[in-house]
Amino acid sequence: MQARLMLMLLLAPALLWLVGLIVLPHVELGILSLRERVAPRVYQPSLAQFRTFVEEPLYWHTFMRTALMSIVATAITLLMAFPMAWTIAKLVRGKSKAMLFIMCLIPFWVSETVRTLGWMILLRESGVMPAFLVWLGVTPAPVEMLYHDATILVGLVYTSMLFMVIPLISALESLDDTLIEAAYDLGGSGWSILRQIVIPHAAPGIVAGCIVVFMLTLGNYLTPTLLGGKNSQWFTEQIYTQFITRFNWEQGAAFGFLLLGLSTAIVWIGLKLSGQKFGEVMQKT
Amino acid sequence: MPAASTVSGAAQPDLLATRVAKHYGAFRAVDDLSFEVARGSFFSILGPSGCGKTTLLRVIAGFLSPDSGDIHIGGKGMNGVPPNKRPVNMVFQHLALFPMMNVGENVGYGLARRGVAKDEIKRRVGDMLERVSLPNSQDKRVDQLSGGQKQRVAIARSLVLEPTLLLLDEPLGALDLKLREHMKIELKALQAAFGTTFVYITHDQSEALVLSDHVAVMNHGRFEQVGTPQQLYYEPQTPFVAGFVGANNRMAGRATDVNGNMVNVTSAEGMVVPARAIGKIARGDVVEAFVRPEVARLARNPAVLREAGLPTFNARITSLLFDGANSAVLLHEAQSNTEFRIALPQTGEFADLTVGESVAFGFDPQRAVCFAADDTAHAA
Repeated sequence: MQARLMLMLLLAPALLWLVGLIVLPHVELGILSLRERVAPRVYQPSLAQFRTFVEEPLYWHTFMRTALMSIVATAITLLMAFPMAWTIAKLVRGKSKAMLFIMCLIPFWVSETVRTLGWMILLRESGVMPAFLVWLGVTPAPVEMLYHDATILVGLVYTSMLFMVIPLISALESLDDTLIEAAYDLGGSGWSILRQIVIPHAAPGIVAGCIVVFMLTLGNYLTPTLLGGKNSQWFTEQIYTQFITRFNWEQGAAFGFLLLGLSTAIVWIGLKLSGQKFGEVMQKT
Repeated sequence: MPAASTVSGAAQPDLLATRVAKHYGAFRAVDDLSFEVARGSFFSILGPSGCGKTTLLRVIAGFLSPDSGDIHIGGKGMNGVPPNKRPVNMVFQHLALFPMMNVGENVGYGLARRGVAKDEIKRRVGDMLERVSLPNSQDKRVDQLSGGQKQRVAIARSLVLEPTLLLLDEPLGALDLKLREHMKIELKALQAAFGTTFVYITHDQSEALVLSDHVAVMNHGRFEQVGTPQQLYYEPQTPFVAGFVGANNRMAGRATDVNGNMVNVTSAEGMVVPARAIGKIARGDVVEAFVRPEVARLARNPAVLREAGLPTFNARITSLLFDGANSAVLLHEAQSNTEFRIALPQTGEFADLTVGESVAFGFDPQRAVCFAADDTAHAA
C-alpha cells in the first residue's frame, strides 16, 4: 500500500504535466475545432472549420508546402549531419572528439531568435554575404538573399542539426569497427559497406533523428517567419493568424489538429518505408 | 584445391615476407621479419600479447602498410594493394559476423561483392554451408547460432571466396574451454579438407602445437624460432622458446663444467644440474637451464633412479597439483631448496603422495637444455 502511494507521488509531477499541459488543452482544442459560431456567444457542433480548409486553396497550398519543405529540410539535415556524426563517432579520438562535439553544441546555447537574427545580418541586402559577393565581383550590386525558400531551408537545417547529429553519433558509435573491416576484407567497397553494413546498423538512429527534426521543422514558427518573411507561407503562421490576428479560435484549433494529423501520418509512412518500429527508434533518441 | 597441398616443396610459397617492418614511434611491433609459408600448410604465429603478432597479421591482410619490406601472396607483390583487392581473407577474433544479415547473406556477401550471379551465389553458399556441417541454415539469424556454429559461419564466409590465404586472429579466444578443444579438432579437419593455406595467430601454445604444420614463436617483433611443433618442443633454440612452449622448470646459474655438449649448471643456491648446451657455452658463462616437468622421473627409492643412470636429487614435496591427466607436484630439492615442478605419471604409482613426503627425482640430461643467459628473455 505504502509502495503504491510512493509510486503515485513519484509519478505525480509527470502525470500533472501530461494531463495539464497536453491532454486538457488538446481536449479543449478538439472541442473548439468541432463547433461553429452561429451568433454571438452561440455555438453549435459542426465540421465547418474543416470544410473551410478543404475549400480554401491557400490553406491547402500552405499545408502541403509546409510538409514538403519539412521533408526536404529533414533530408538535407540528414545528409549534412551524417558525415559530421561519422567523423565524431569513428574518425577522431579523445580531446578532438570532445572539441568537435562541443562545437556542434555551442550554437544551441544561444536562443533560436538570436541565431535566426544572425542569419538575417548575414543574408539581408545590406548584410555581410551580399557585400562579400559584390567585393568578389560575382554580382554587380548587392542582392537580397532573405525571403527565399532556400533561405528558410538554410535556417531550418541549421536549427535542426544538433538533433540529428546526436542520435546519429550514438548509433554509429555502437557499430563495431571490425564489422567494417570484415566487410572490407571480404571485398566490400566504401559505398557497399555504407549501404549494407553502416546504414542498416544505424537505421534506428537515422529514423529517430529524422522524426525529431521533422517534427521540430514542421512545428517551427520563428525561423520560417523571420527568414521567409511574407513569402514563407508556413502552416504554423496560419494557426497563429487564426488564433491571434483573426481571433478565430475554432479555425485555429482545426488547423492545429490537421497539422498533428499530418505529422503523425508522415512519421507513420516514414516508419513503414524504413521498416523500423516506433518503440525501438524512440529508445535511440 | 586439395591437390595443391601435394605440390612439391619447390612450389612457390603462398606467403612470402621479405624484411617486413612496422614501427610505432620507437616501438618495433614488427622488426625486420622474413619468412615464407608453403602452399596448403597450417602456419601459426605464437607469442605473448604485445609481441607484434596482430600487427603482422594486419600487415598481411592489408589493414596496415609496412614501413619497409615486401609481402608477396601467391607470387604477387602486395604493396599498395588494399584489403578488398587481396586474395586473402581474415577470420576475426570476435568473428565480426554481420548481425543485420542472415547466415546465407553473411556467407554470400563476398561473392555478391564480386558480382557473382544470384543463382550461382545461392548454389555456392549452399555447398559451403554443407561442407562446414551447417546445411540449410541460410535463413537463420546470426544470433540464433551457438558459438561453434558462428565460428563455422565465419570460416565459411571467408573460404567461399577461395582465398590463397586464410588469416585467423585468435578465433578460439572467445570460446569456453570444452568448445575450444572441440573447435581445434574441427579447424584442423577443415584445413585438411579445403587445403587452403592457413595463417593462425594465437597466444595459446596448445592451439599452435595441435593445429600447425609449422609454428613461428614471436617475441618483441621478431621470430625467435620457426619449426614444426616437435622441433619447438624438443629442440628449443632460445631460452624464450624453451620457457614459452610447454611448461618448464627454469634454473639460472653458471656453467661450472663443460664436456662436449654437456654442461653442468650450478645455481646460486648450490644445486648442480646437468644439461645439453644449445649454442656455444664456455666454462664460467652465466646460463639458464630448462627441465620439463614431464621429463623428470619421480621415485620413492633413489636407488631406482641411480640404477637407471640418471642424476638423482632428494626432495620434499611441498604441494600436490591434482589436475587429472595434467597432475603435477611441486617439490623442493633437499640441499638447495630449489623449487621444481614434476609431472605425475598416469600409472597410479604416486596417487598416494602426501605433502611433506621425501622422494627422489632424476632426469635424462640429454633432454634438459641449457642456454647462455639472455637478459631480455623471460620464461612466461
